[in-house]
Amino acid sequence: MTESLSLPDLVARIPDGAMLVVPPEYSGVAVAATRTLLRRGVRGLHVLAAPTSGIQTDMLIAAGCVATVEAAAITLGEFGTAPAFNAAVRAGTIRMLDSTCPAIHAALNAAEKGLPFIPLRGLIGSDVLRHRADWKVTQNPFADAPDPIVLLPALYPDIALFHAAAADREGNVWIGRRRELAVMAHAARRTLVTVERVLDTCFFDREELVAGALPALYVDAVAIAERGAWPLGLDEEYAPAAPALARYAAGTLFPQNQLAGAA
Amino acid sequence: MDAAVLIDAIARLIGDAGHVATGALSPIPMAAAMLARRRSGGRMRVTVLGSRRNNRFTDGAQELFDCAAQGRIDVFFLSGAQIDGEANINLLGLGDYARPKVRFSGSFGAPYLYMLVPRVILFRIEHDRRALVPRVDFISAPGWSEPHVYRPGGPVALVTGRCVFDWRRDERRFALRSVHPGETAASIRDATGFAYAEPDEVPTTPAPDAALRAEIRDLVRHEVTEVYPRFAEEFAI
Repeated sequence: MTESLSLPDLVARIPDGAMLVVPPEYSGVAVAATRTLLRRGVRGLHVLAAPTSGIQTDMLIAAGCVATVEAAAITLGEFGTAPAFNAAVRAGTIRMLDSTCPAIHAALNAAEKGLPFIPLRGLIGSDVLRHRADWKVTQNPFADAPDPIVLLPALYPDIALFHAAAADREGNVWIGRRRELAVMAHAARRTLVTVERVLDTCFFDREELVAGALPALYVDAVAIAERGAWPLGLDEEYAPAAPALARYAAGTLFPQNQLAGAA
Repeated sequence: MDAAVLIDAIARLIGDAGHVATGALSPIPMAAAMLARRRSGGRMRVTVLGSRRNNRFTDGAQELFDCAAQGRIDVFFLSGAQIDGEANINLLGLGDYARPKVRFSGSFGAPYLYMLVPRVILFRIEHDRRALVPRVDFISAPGWSEPHVYRPGGPVALVTGRCVFDWRRDERRFALRSVHPGETAASIRDATGFAYAEPDEVPTTPAPDAALRAEIRDLVRHEVTEVYPRFAEEFAI
């Protein structure tokens, strides 16, 4: 049964050292929950961006909550580079597992299926592969001719955390076209979701909504957080807040000592 | 830098592709794809990452990559903080990998898409010896692969703020195709850190006329602004 929790109680489910999978900036980022989490002083997180992240991961790094980042990119998009992330990588104070978007998707797909690993095309000749001791290149066992192919270990996150427009009374969550959120939830051991609102309805009663719903089966707990993605946007609910994102990118929200603390 | 020249030049390179996709941080390629689609009479399919208007995917962020692996994307765009003469691209950082002098956001989907999309157009506005280097510090994605490596994709051209290069796959080097208005073969040589082929006569990239500029402005205002509001705001051609 999906639990209905307060925001502090929801983030209390994220222990120190957890592998936390989070979505890209356009896909429902639980920023309010992240703020609550870093105020609690969580430590040693392994943040897995599925497949990229921005202000959310940067805030966690700035607050000293992160041990490892695994991502295809950490970027503030049009607003520039992520200041705390950049400082931390240059100083070597976080462990960076550089990846590529399809590798993260595929490794989560493997976890959805309960598999130990998955093959993926491309990557051969890239230094991203060269620096990943946990990835292997093998011969395609079904080919007669030489055909090297990369094998990736599955990624089983401890917790998936994201923000969505609505949940229904059963705890089904409306994700619409953002199917990467479903992949995260399928792959993760636990899924925590913040929503703008809980509707007294059931998405499964309306056939046209079913394909855009994440079943409560995959949702451990829901908390209401109005404007919970701000200053990022949420599809059809609110646009990103450009001035706030520009202020963040300029580093003005984080005093130097905090950046230094992360570095 | 005249963005309209670049948008038009990229649209010409796209030509009559069936399906063009643009990725992260690509406002000018997006505008070019919009222009190419208009020139196709709307027949061209364009998928813009991060867009709702110009995106008909329903299977999440992985769908672009699944599509590419199936050969369903004909043209994609990649860039690099550094690009070298063998078309290797670096999106990750400068200096030592473990302790970089400068760190960028990361390699995104490049290590995969560069190898699977048949026609990758490289795009980088800054064209100087810091960007176009003899050898990249980090290979986010390689420009070419050994024959036994599965690779239906790769580069076809490099468009910069100064010129257009073609990629000559058999020679494993770029060849100067045209210089943008105001540039010369000599100015390109001065600004480029790698060796490339240069024809005896170097044409000038066509400069859009007033009508084409108005068309591009319209596309930026109505399509690009959804994904790249800052670019659209600063855009003046």
